[in-house]
Amino acid sequence: MIKPSSLSISSQNNTLSLAFAGELSLLQLAPYEKRLSALSSIDCERVVLDLKDLDFIDTAAALYLEKLQKGFRAKGLSVSLEGVCSAVEQTLLLVQNVKKASHEQISPKQKSFLEKTGEYVVDRVAGLNSFFSFLGVIFSTKFHSLKSLRSLRLKEIAFEINETAIKALLIVFVTSFLMGVVVSYQSAYQLKLYGANIFIVDMLGLSILRELSPLITAIVIAGRSGSAFAAQIGAMKITEELDAMRTMGFDPYVFLVIPRILALMIVMPLLIFVSDVAALFGGMIIANIDLGISVELFLDRFADVIALKHFVVGVVKGPFFAFLIATIGIYRGMMVQNDTQSIGFNTTRSVVESIFAVIVCDAVFSIAFTNLGI
Amino acid sequence: MERIIKVTNLKTRLEGRLIHNRLNLSVAKGEIYGLLGPSGCGKTTLLREMVMLQEVHSGDIEILGYPLSSITKSQAQMLRQQWGVLFQYGALFSSLSVYENIALPLQEYTDLSEAMIDEIVKFKIDIVGLKPQDAALYPSQISGGMKKKAALARALAMDPKLLFLDEPTSGLDPISAREFDALILKLRSLLGLTIVMVSHDLKSIYATLDRMAVIDDKKIVYEGTLEGIENAQSEFINTFFKGRHE
Repeated sequence: MIKPSSLSISSQNNTLSLAFAGELSLLQLAPYEKRLSALSSIDCERVVLDLKDLDFIDTAAALYLEKLQKGFRAKGLSVSLEGVCSAVEQTLLLVQNVKKASHEQISPKQKSFLEKTGEYVVDRVAGLNSFFSFLGVIFSTKFHSLKSLRSLRLKEIAFEINETAIKALLIVFVTSFLMGVVVSYQSAYQLKLYGANIFIVDMLGLSILRELSPLITAIVIAGRSGSAFAAQIGAMKITEELDAMRTMGFDPYVFLVIPRILALMIVMPLLIFVSDVAALFGGMIIANIDLGISVELFLDRFADVIALKHFVVGVVKGPFFAFLIATIGIYRGMMVQNDTQSIGFNTTRSVVESIFAVIVCDAVFSIAFTNLGI
Repeated sequence: MERIIKVTNLKTRLEGRLIHNRLNLSVAKGEIYGLLGPSGCGKTTLLREMVMLQEVHSGDIEILGYPLSSITKSQAQMLRQQWGVLFQYGALFSSLSVYENIALPLQEYTDLSEAMIDEIVKFKIDIVGLKPQDAALYPSQISGGMKKKAALARALAMDPKLLFLDEPTSGLDPISAREFDALILKLRSLLGLTIVMVSHDLKSIYATLDRMAVIDDKKIVYEGTLEGIENAQSEFINTFFKGRHE
């Protein structure tokens, strides 16, 4: 049990007397700190810390008493301790000695704004450089060494296809279906105003096949598989599994990196196709309910107005998005340092960066395809 | 005596900091060689340089007759099949069971039949003192000591001539640690291995090492047998071996 402590403040004859009593410990310090710091105007010359009823102090309390004395001395008052018992004195001495030993503390130099900005920019440029050198390694040595099918890790690729695509089918389907429903519902309201109900087919067909499905699939896969790549490879780095592979002569690029990239590049177009189907299916249902367009009419019109090229444009983006998602995820995994916090940090970064990269890539495609008249 | 490892004038820099300044040491065939020194002196770094996980700044390391500074890719690949490395925490592949971990190098590097690989894996599991039923377990399901044994079995999978151990007894309880020491000695006499290990464990050092190098203040302050350490002078040797402070 902690014995309560108390503090009584009295002042007479130019002397301020602070009498501590009981057991003074860390948990009881805060009220005294407040009370004494509120004691702003001291119109006396001497301060007496009366400790004769103080039975015990811990190191925090000793540090506080030390600080208190220093504060009074700084104001030009004379301070004295009275009635210090041996247990208390021991703790006070301990604190004084340790403080003396670590007297010359080197406080870290404050960096100026310019210095911080400079460091930030240099870090960013170095980060970008290291990503490009990672890409360079993949292209120059690894894809090059895949000339023969023998060196392809088919088993690993198959495993990754199952992990990244087959298991993601449901979430891609549901997300895309809901997106189709929402887009169709919003457009139906506008189209009804003009009585242009049938044009829902043109709208949905173009927007979903060309843009929405590839993007939504890429976003789902970046969140699901890109982050998984970063976390898996990051964890393998921390447990030294990557090093173990290297010492056994298994190149992590061949065993881990290339299979993941290839697997994702193979399955992305298929996932986009699934997403197309799901989104159009959702749109079709809303068109039927909200605009009274029958399934036959929808499909007839779809065949008339939506050229195959729109589908192809969407699907062709797949492997590019997949490459970006996989390389950024794996690169982030490789960047993991030897602490657990950096797994979380790099996983988050992998998702943010890969979604950003996918959207930039999509914009480039959009401009290119438009200019090419596709 | 045949020299398995020769380190000459090795210099290492990590992030601009000089870690090793002109190290020279050599490991003879069949001996258990220890790399000792205070923490942060670069023992593990030296080990990582020997197994080609880290680049050497200047000087050279020669392993089994291959100088690492001028080794070709295919030679490096051959070299990697002739050594085994035991990492501090085992570094078993967590997606594979103990059995698959040990079988992996055999499946990758040899054209042996499944039955033969099975034979070899079971032998390795037995020789490191694991039970046959442990083979099906995954790394997350076994204790630290078992992980080290399994990792040792994996390191021995290809019947290497040379074994690198990074703190083999750290994190083990005293009984398992002594068992591990005995296992290392047994394997050396059974398989004629040359073993290089980093260690902090005094008991293990006295029990297993034939010769050692003590790294302190970027240099080798002592290389030789345990008996000779009495005459060597360094702050680390004084506190670590002789129990004297300052």
